[in-house]
Amino acid sequence: MAEKQFKVIAETGIHARPATLLVQTASKFDSEIHLEYKDKKVNLKSIMGVMSLGVGQGADIKISADGSDADEAVKTLEETLKKEGLAE
Amino acid sequence: MTFLNGIAASNGIAIAKAYRLVEPDLSFEKKTVDDAKLEIQRFHSALEQSKSELSAIRDRARVDLGQDKAAIFEAHLLVLSDPELIAPIEDKISSENVNAEHALKETADMFIMMFEQMDNEYMKERAADIRDVTKRVLSHLLGVHVVNPSMIAEEVIIIAEDLTPSDTAQLNRQFVKGFTTDIGGRTSHSAIMARSMEIPAVVGTKTATEEINNGDLVIVDGLKGQVHINPTPEVVEEYHRIHKEYEAQKAEWAKLVNEPTLSEDGHHVELAANIGTPKDLKGVIENGGEGVGLYRTEFLYMGREQLPTEDEQFDAYKSVLQGMGGKPVVVRTLDIGGDKELPYLNLPKEMNPFLGFRAIRLCLEEQEIFRTQLRALLRASSFGNLKIMFPMIATLDEFRAAKAVLNEEKDKLVSEGQIVSDKIELGIMVEIPSTAILADQFAKEVDFFSIGTNDLIQYTMAADRMNQRVAYLYQPYSPSILRLVKMVIDAAHAEGKWAGMCGEMAGDETAIPLLLGLGLDEFSMSATSILKARSQIRKLSRKRMQELAQEVLNMSTTAEVVEAVKAAAKM
Repeated sequence: MAEKQFKVIAETGIHARPATLLVQTASKFDSEIHLEYKDKKVNLKSIMGVMSLGVGQGADIKISADGSDADEAVKTLEETLKKEGLAE
Repeated sequence: MTFLNGIAASNGIAIAKAYRLVEPDLSFEKKTVDDAKLEIQRFHSALEQSKSELSAIRDRARVDLGQDKAAIFEAHLLVLSDPELIAPIEDKISSENVNAEHALKETADMFIMMFEQMDNEYMKERAADIRDVTKRVLSHLLGVHVVNPSMIAEEVIIIAEDLTPSDTAQLNRQFVKGFTTDIGGRTSHSAIMARSMEIPAVVGTKTATEEINNGDLVIVDGLKGQVHINPTPEVVEEYHRIHKEYEAQKAEWAKLVNEPTLSEDGHHVELAANIGTPKDLKGVIENGGEGVGLYRTEFLYMGREQLPTEDEQFDAYKSVLQGMGGKPVVVRTLDIGGDKELPYLNLPKEMNPFLGFRAIRLCLEEQEIFRTQLRALLRASSFGNLKIMFPMIATLDEFRAAKAVLNEEKDKLVSEGQIVSDKIELGIMVEIPSTAILADQFAKEVDFFSIGTNDLIQYTMAADRMNQRVAYLYQPYSPSILRLVKMVIDAAHAEGKWAGMCGEMAGDETAIPLLLGLGLDEFSMSATSILKARSQIRKLSRKRMQELAQEVLNMSTTAEVVEAVKAAAKM
């Protein structure tokens, strides 16, 4: 089990392209991966789940992973978030 | 021989196979299945087919439209792999023993409802994505052909009930040779787009989608307004001949590309073009346009999910101004509402959209949208000869308010150190009768008028131009319309200003002699009409047309006017 908190800095929040990117990245791992925002928790491999959260700029989010490659999954997602300037 | 009669919307002849752009029938019934496992397999194979189709569309979109536009298909692909969508569908099939169609529809509808109920505009639109993707999978389950206009890779003629601006934006100009629609008239969007794409079109055939099947050989005769279905070899041959003749006529007109537009007795008028995007400039130059008389900026705002940024707009305006190399470019500020909707603005539906909250009315209320556009225009102004025009002005107060907003943004830009031209002319579209009637007062404050006849006629006649049953009232040559046009031109000239026209009437061969006689200074039309108009004006005596105009202003019916024009202009 691994988890990490982030603050969203992208002006558009996690919409459209960023959401697509995160789901694509998460889908590469075997672990169950979740995204939490405002007491709501969705499957990070589900584009509709991620979109339904409506994560905007300034949001505090938590990514958690449970499974054999959990640590690596959280690490890779963190890299993606930072590289794309989405969150810190 | 079968042929359909319609309205000639864009000149030329096209001969090609039919491609139906028609929503397929996706109706089905709920059924009980014996083998749920097999049904789940069937569902997965439809998913796979949809995925490979969407991947191909995405790849093509990347090449044709760029990475940005392709991203939407990337998201669609993810929906097809979404565990939160697929698992419940599988569960439903096995627990309820229902067919995949039913399980898919029920599950997808739940998501669609969920997204539609969100109060965020962006999220609401995700409902449309899910609906789109669901349709594709359903069509594979049902084994019906789903239309993929962006995938067309051979020469075709598009058959549709009607074409929206976003439909036409998806069409590949290289392969779409012509189109025909069930509804629409000369001024409907499909017709305007056809002329701007320079492809032949016949609209308002009423039954094209009923009569024409995919793959039928079709001839679109955009000169006479006829559509021939599976014609005999003799008819095809005849049309090859007509096509050649038309091309020869065009070659004859082409000699006038660099000639000035002078009447027989040496009076100069300006022939300009109506454009929708910077892409249309090529046609303007090739057809000898002396300027852009109407740049419809709406297209910058359409077929996308949010407003265009100031920089995006600046780039478009700059490229048009530079492309015209110092020739006048009249840009109309955002004219949205009426028949042109922007889903992401989420404007309430109105009973009478043409009489409602649209164009300048909307811009003065939603000032952020308006200011962004004005800033982009002002920043681009130093790259050419920019003229700004406000649409749908009904009162002087509206013009003054719009002008004040413009001046505020101008002052801001100047204080930020930006270069803004101080020669920008500011005009209005005259399309509401109240403005035509009060043109003498407006003329004191505006730099120019551009008469928008499509709307001016529908407002004066109180006849919806989208309604076939009152189409007979669309009478550009009615003495009532001509008197209004005269009032506007005379009012402009009395104050030393100029008057143009950017409606369809400006390029109409029956109207041109009258407009020349009434003293119109600038005629703005589809680029493809310019050379023909120039050739016509060079054969007309302005003095004689002035006399003709005087005569027809005192006539009582449209028929009398048309007869007089035909006699005087030797048509």
